[in-house]
Amino acid sequence: MHILKILFKNAFRHKLRTGLTILSITIAILAFGLLRTVIGAWYAGVEASSAYRLVTRNAVSIIFSLPLSYKEKIRQVDGVATVSYGNWFGGIYIDEKNFFANFAVDAKTYFDLYKEYAINDAEKAAFLRDRKSFVAGRKLASRFGWKIGDTVVLKGTIFPGNWEFVMRGIYRGKEPNTDETVFVFHWDYLNETLKKNASTRADQVGFYMIGIKDPSQAVRVTHDIDGLFRNSFAETLTETEKAFTLGFVAMSDTIITAIRLVSFVVIIIILAVVANTVAMSVRERTNEYAVFKTLGFGGWRIAGLIFGESLVITLMGCAFGVAATFPAAAAFGKAMGAYFPVFSVEMETVWLDAAFSLIVGLLAAIVPTYRSLRISIADGLRMVE
Amino acid sequence: MGSSAIVSIENLFKSYHRGDQVIPVLQDITFDIAEGEFLALMGPSGSGKSTLLNLIAGIDQPDSGSITIGGVDVTALSETELAKWRAINVGFIFQFYNLIPVLTAFENVELPLLLTPLAKAQRREHVEMALRVVGLADRMDHYPGQLSGGQEQRVAIARAIVTDPTILVADEPTGDLDRKSAEEIMDLMDRLNEESMKTIIMVTHDPRAAKKAHVIRHLDKGILNNAHSQDTL
Repeated sequence: MHILKILFKNAFRHKLRTGLTILSITIAILAFGLLRTVIGAWYAGVEASSAYRLVTRNAVSIIFSLPLSYKEKIRQVDGVATVSYGNWFGGIYIDEKNFFANFAVDAKTYFDLYKEYAINDAEKAAFLRDRKSFVAGRKLASRFGWKIGDTVVLKGTIFPGNWEFVMRGIYRGKEPNTDETVFVFHWDYLNETLKKNASTRADQVGFYMIGIKDPSQAVRVTHDIDGLFRNSFAETLTETEKAFTLGFVAMSDTIITAIRLVSFVVIIIILAVVANTVAMSVRERTNEYAVFKTLGFGGWRIAGLIFGESLVITLMGCAFGVAATFPAAAAFGKAMGAYFPVFSVEMETVWLDAAFSLIVGLLAAIVPTYRSLRISIADGLRMVE
Repeated sequence: MGSSAIVSIENLFKSYHRGDQVIPVLQDITFDIAEGEFLALMGPSGSGKSTLLNLIAGIDQPDSGSITIGGVDVTALSETELAKWRAINVGFIFQFYNLIPVLTAFENVELPLLLTPLAKAQRREHVEMALRVVGLADRMDHYPGQLSGGQEQRVAIARAIVTDPTILVADEPTGDLDRKSAEEIMDLMDRLNEESMKTIIMVTHDPRAAKKAHVIRHLDKGILNNAHSQDTL
């Protein structure tokens, strides 16, 4: 007979109570895992950003545009390899609930700069040939069942009107955290239409995306670019792509902090639940621990039995919780794909689950162990459940 | 019955505290127990006999005095040393058996052996032997809940003897049993004493159980009266 067998037999002496405790831990670990994954999804864009890219926008606000004429000046800055540009289009597909990110981009340079978006040469060539075409990420195309050649109409919000596009390509992410839900079309199509309908808004870009030769020179390049346009009517703010993306995430900082807080509160609550279960079990078996002591089991062995039982319960709950997190995250990611393009459980979350379960298991056993060791054998033997 | 003392108790005092009140339980107890002796401690409730048994078994500590068992002054041992000493030297038989309900008879008897360096096969050999001695070899896979009171107590006796301890201490071993089962248990203890030369110290209220002992000592209000052997009864 191994001590492990005693731990399991003790843990499941009250099957309903232990079962409910394990279920509570499972739910807590599942909630913790999902909340951590939500936070991770929030930062997915930051993680996916490249050190080789800078973003230049209007220094006043992202909602103000920059002249197209800046492009050539930026290209001449030392250390700049590629200059691309685009506009947030903000189009709606059929209904607002079908939200996805859609950009007007410089088709010629965009895919050279975003090499993590893999598109085959034929589709890329077709996209470049057709000014009214668009390319969508694999997940986005799959979400709406779009196929090459399909016509898609977006209702413009920033740029009013119904905008008709033909699908010419589907890109796939080269990395697991690459966003596959983006819709890109020709900036030229947008600009030519604006020239006809709203000429004051033509030849303006929302932001420049700049490829640099050496990430270690990023700070110097940003200063050089912004220096070019200082005291102009449209001053620029250039930052690394990571800082630019973080700027958007920071807008949701309070929500993220709240989610993070809730995820830790869940762990504290479960600590109380497990501590209660272990305390009840140990108190009910005070007499038995006295018998163990009588037989010669020393303090460390008694502590081992109580800590072991607590860990059996918490680690079982943890195992079930982790196992449930993956399918739950997949379902959640599918349902919320429009808002969280990348929603996958990271290994770090699994390790945190295990670490917290271990900590909860150990903490929950401290007081019952202390009480059990403190009581004399004679007093313990007198106590009957 | 051997003549040399295996247990030597000298000037033993024990009291309990209830708030500021000090309640003396044992007062100046001095006596020896010979190796192989079967001693019955009798006396009214609250006379201190179970306290004395606990002190001899090393599960309680006296206020003063000494208890020497097999040459070891158990009152001088630390908690950890006492635990190790108990595992080797004391077999305890309780009134309410105190078996672990989730373990089989075999596993209950095996418990004290988990503290020894014996290999699994050797442990099995010892457990089967102990269960054969108490006549329960065929019930080793039964849980306590599947056994009668008498059978449970026999499993408890097997657990007490499996490590071949120096002394067996029994606290009202027949107190929870019907007459027939009580007789069986006392016959078994008598056999252990006669055939295996086990030194047995038993607390009992039951005169029939005490009859099996070689020596009976009476405690009254914490004071030990003179011993008398069964021959003088």
